[in-house]
Amino acid sequence: MMNGNWMSLRSWLLLAPLLALMTFIIGWPLAKTVAVSFTDAKLLGGDVHWLGLANYQKVLAAPAFYEVVWTTIRFVLISVGAEFLLGLLAALLLDQKFHGRGIVRALMILPWALPTVVNATMWRLIYNPDFGAFNALFTQLGLIDAYRSWLGEPGSALYAICLADVWKNFPLVALIALAALQSVPRELRAAAVIDGAGPWSRFRAVILPYLIGPLTVAVVLRIIEAFKVFDIIWVMTRGGPANSTKTISILVYQQAFSFQQAGLGGSIALIMVLISALLITGYVTILRKQGELK
Amino acid sequence: MSGKFQSLIMQAIIGGGLLAGGQMIGHGALADTTINALFMSQAAYSESDVRAMTADFEKANPGIKVNAEFVPYEGLHDKTTLAQGAGSGYDVVLFDVIWPAEFAENKVLVDVTDKITPEMKKGVLPGAWTTVEYKGHRYGMPWILDTKYLFYNTEILKKAGIAHPPKTWAELEKQAEIIKNKKLVEFPIVWSWAQAEAAICDYTTLVAAYGGKFLDESGKPAFQTDGGVDALKYMVETTDKGLTNPHSKEYLEEDVRRVFSSGDAAFALNWTYMYNMANGDPKESKIVGKVGVVPAPGVAGKSEASAVNGSMGLGVTTTSKHPDDAWKYVVFMTSQDVQNKYAKLSLPIWASSYSDPAVTKGQESLVAAAKKSLGIMFPRPTTPTYQQLSTQLQQALHTALLKSASPADALQTAADAAGGGL
Amino acid sequence: MERRNPWVSFFVYACALLLALFLLAPILWMLIMSVSSTNDLTTIPLRWIPEQIDFHRYIELLTVAENSAGKAFLASMRNSLAVATMATLGALLVAIPGAWSVSRSPGRQRLALYAVVATYMLPPVALVVPIYFALSALGALNSVFSLAVVYLSILAPFTTWLLKSSFDNIPQEIELAAMIDGARLDQIWRRITLPLTGPALATGGLFAFLLAWDEFFYALLFTADQRAKTLTVAIADLAGGRVSDYGLIATAGVLAALPPVLIGFFLQKSLIAGLTTGGVKG
Repeated sequence: MMNGNWMSLRSWLLLAPLLALMTFIIGWPLAKTVAVSFTDAKLLGGDVHWLGLANYQKVLAAPAFYEVVWTTIRFVLISVGAEFLLGLLAALLLDQKFHGRGIVRALMILPWALPTVVNATMWRLIYNPDFGAFNALFTQLGLIDAYRSWLGEPGSALYAICLADVWKNFPLVALIALAALQSVPRELRAAAVIDGAGPWSRFRAVILPYLIGPLTVAVVLRIIEAFKVFDIIWVMTRGGPANSTKTISILVYQQAFSFQQAGLGGSIALIMVLISALLITGYVTILRKQGELK
Repeated sequence: MSGKFQSLIMQAIIGGGLLAGGQMIGHGALADTTINALFMSQAAYSESDVRAMTADFEKANPGIKVNAEFVPYEGLHDKTTLAQGAGSGYDVVLFDVIWPAEFAENKVLVDVTDKITPEMKKGVLPGAWTTVEYKGHRYGMPWILDTKYLFYNTEILKKAGIAHPPKTWAELEKQAEIIKNKKLVEFPIVWSWAQAEAAICDYTTLVAAYGGKFLDESGKPAFQTDGGVDALKYMVETTDKGLTNPHSKEYLEEDVRRVFSSGDAAFALNWTYMYNMANGDPKESKIVGKVGVVPAPGVAGKSEASAVNGSMGLGVTTTSKHPDDAWKYVVFMTSQDVQNKYAKLSLPIWASSYSDPAVTKGQESLVAAAKKSLGIMFPRPTTPTYQQLSTQLQQALHTALLKSASPADALQTAADAAGGGL
Repeated sequence: MERRNPWVSFFVYACALLLALFLLAPILWMLIMSVSSTNDLTTIPLRWIPEQIDFHRYIELLTVAENSAGKAFLASMRNSLAVATMATLGALLVAIPGAWSVSRSPGRQRLALYAVVATYMLPPVALVVPIYFALSALGALNSVFSLAVVYLSILAPFTTWLLKSSFDNIPQEIELAAMIDGARLDQIWRRITLPLTGPALATGGLFAFLLAWDEFFYALLFTADQRAKTLTVAIADLAGGRVSDYGLIATAGVLAALPPVLIGFFLQKSLIAGLTTGGVKG
C-alpha cells in the first residue's frame, strides 16, 4: 500500500496541469491588469507612466460610468428575472402529462444550442424597423398602428435586447427546474393530493423544497453571466442609441481597444471584477449552504 | 450509446485535424509572397468588385498572392490597430480620411511621400490628397473619393408639383412639408443617424452648410457654437415635424438605400454608390430611372452647397514584411484604369477621368454633382484622438434627437467631455 | 394520478402550443429569410411566404472559389472547428487527471477546484488586455492555436467540474480492489475509470465543444483574417450593417447554428443531467 503522503503528493501532481494552466491564462493576466490599471499604458505602446489611483478617480467621478453600471444592472434584473419566471412556468407545464411533451421539450434545446452571435443577428433581423418580422407581425395583428424602431429608441432598445436574451436563456432555467421537479418522489405528491391540499399549498409544501436549490444555482449563474454581457449587445446595437444599451463590458472594450486607453480600460474592468467578486461570493455561499462545499 | 458518443468525438477530432492539416499544406504551396489586405464590406466597390480587381492584380503580378479580408466599417479602425500588434497582421489597409493623424502618430502606416511619382501627384485631384495627408506627409493613396449627395425621387417631386430640387436646407424642409401634406410618403427625408460615424458624416455636411467648424485655431472644440448648433437644430427640427424618417436614428447607409430604393422616401443623403444601384439596378431598386442627384444644399447667405469629405485611402502598414509588393498592390488598386472600370460605384481620384466619356456615360447628373461637391468637401477634425471626439459627438446628436437635452446643451456636454471624459 | 378536468387539459395544450410557437417562430423566420429573394424581404407589407424558394445563398456560402465569400465563410467554419476541437481535447487532457484527483482526495484539492471554477465567472474584459499584449509580444495573435489555448481557460474549469461529479459516482472500492491487486494508476484508469465514465466524458467533451463554438469576445480581438477568424466573428462582420442582403445574413446564421443544434438534440438526455450537476453554459 502507498502511504498518505504519496497519495496527497500524487493528487496534487494530477491537479497541477489544470492549476498551472489557470495561473498562466487567468491569474497572470489578472495581476497584469491590476498593474496596468495604475498607468497610462496605450494599446499600441509608447511611454508608460505611473498614475497611481488617477484612473480610478477619473472613472468613479464620471457620471457616464454610473449610467453604464445602471444599464448593466437593469439588463441583469430584467433578463434574469424574466428567464426565471418564464423558465419556472415552462418547467411546470412540461411537468404535466400531455401528448407531444417530448417534442416541446426537445424544442427547448433549440434556443440554448443556437450560438449567441447567431441569436443576436437573428433578432436584429427580426427587429429591423422596415422589413423586420416583429413590426410586420404586430401591425398585421393590430397590436401597434405604426412601424417602430425597436432598437433605435432608447425607450425600447434595452427591452428588445432583453427579449432576445430571454428567448435564448430561459430554456436553460426551465430544463434545470424540470429536472428538479421530476426528482420529487411520486408518493409525496400523491400523499399531498390525498391530504386534500390545494394546488398552491401543495406546490409550496411539497415541490418548492426540491426546486429551490437548483433554481437558485441557475439564477445566480445567470446573473453572473448576464453581468458580463458583451456579444449580444455588440451585435445588436453596439451600445446605442444614445448609450442606452451600453454595458460595462462594452465601455471597457471602447476605452481599451477603440480609444487605446489600456490603462483606463483596465481600471474599469477591475471595478467590474470587484462587483462580480461580490456576486461570486454570493454564489459560493449558496453552494455551501446546500452542503456542496464542506 | 457510449460507443456512439465516442465515435462522434473521434470523427470530430479526425475531421478537425485533417482540416487543420489541409490548411497548413495549402499555405506551404502558395506563391512566393502573400499580401493580406483589409477592406470593408460595403457597396461602393463591393466585396466582389474588390475581389475581381484583386484577381486582375494577381494575374498581372505572378508570384504575389493577395488575401482580401472584409469587415464592416464599424470594425475597420479597431481591426487595423489590433492587427498592428499582431506582427503578422495586414500589409495593406483601407483607412478613412479621419484616421491618418492617429495612424501616423502611432506609426501604423508607412510614410509613402517619396514613393509617389510626379505623374501621380499631377494626375490625382488636389482635393483627394487631403485624404491621406497629415502634417505634410502622405500615408497612402486616396482610393474612394466620396462625399454625401442629396438624392431625390423625381416621381414624387413631380407629383408634388415641385419643379426643382432644393438649393438650400430650408427649401428642402419646405418641399418635404409639401410632400408630407400631400401624403405622397409618410416621412420624406431619410438619413443615416445611427450612433456611428455615419451620423457624424451627415452632421458634418450640415455644419459645412451652416458655416460652422469643429475646432478653433487652438484646437479646442468649437462645434458647440454657431454653425455647429444650427446644424443639430436642423436635424432635431425636421425630426420633430415628422419630415425625417424617425427610424433614421437606427440607420446606416445601407438602410437609407433600402428605404429610398423602395420608394419610401423623397429625399436621402448618401454616398456616390447609391446612384447607380437605385437608378439602374431593378434587382436592388423599385425606383429605377426615377433618381435625381444634386450636391447637398447650402444655407442662404452662408453657403451654396455642402459636402463632407468621406474619402478613404489605401496604405501600407509598418508591420508589413513585403512593403514593396504591398505598395505595388496599392498603386494598382488606385490606378486610373482600374478606377475607370469600376466608376459606376465610386468616382475616380484622377482628374482626367471626369472628361472621359467612358466614365461619365449614363451618370452625367452624378458627375455634374460631383464636380461641384468634390471641390467643397469639408473635413472632419484632424486629431489623433478623433475616435473619442467622434464618440462624444455621436452621443450628443442622439441626446438632442431624443429630446433629452437641447442641441446647444448636448453639444456643450460633448465639448466638455472631449477634453478627456469617459 | 388525478383525473384531469377538460378545461385544465385545454389550458395545458394551449400553453404548450404557445410555448412551442414562441420557441420556433424566430428560427422559422430565419429559415424563411434564408430562402427568400431580396425583393420579397423588402416588401411592405411583409410577404411571409416567399414567392419561390431560392437556395442560391446556401450554394454561395458553401462553394469554394478563389477569393470568394464562400471561401471566407468556409475558412471561418474550418477555423471554428479547429479551435473548438483543439480546445476541447486540451481541456479533457487537463480535466481528467484534475477531476479524478479532486474526486478521490477530499482535502484542499477540492478548495483549489472551487477557486478554479470561480475564475470561470471573471469577466473576460479583465483579462483581455494583458493576454493581447502577451500574444502580440510572442507574435501569436491571429492563430487558431493561440485562440485554442485561451479558450482552455474557459473550457478546462468547466469540464473538470462536470467530470468530477461523474467520477464521484464510481464506487471507490472497485479502484481500490484493483490497486490491491497491484495495478498501476494508468492501468486502473484505462481499464476501469475511463470506460465507466465513457458517456460522461463524451458529454463533457461535446459541451466544451459547444462553449468554444459559441465564443465571440476573444475571437473578435485576437483574430484578424481567414487564417484564424472564427465563425462567430465572421457572422458578426456579415451582420455589421453595411451589407443589406438580409437573406445572406440569415443563411450564414442557419449554417452556423446547425452543428450545435444537432449536437444539442443528440445530447438531449445527458444535457439535462449535465445541467443539474453544475449549471452549464450561460
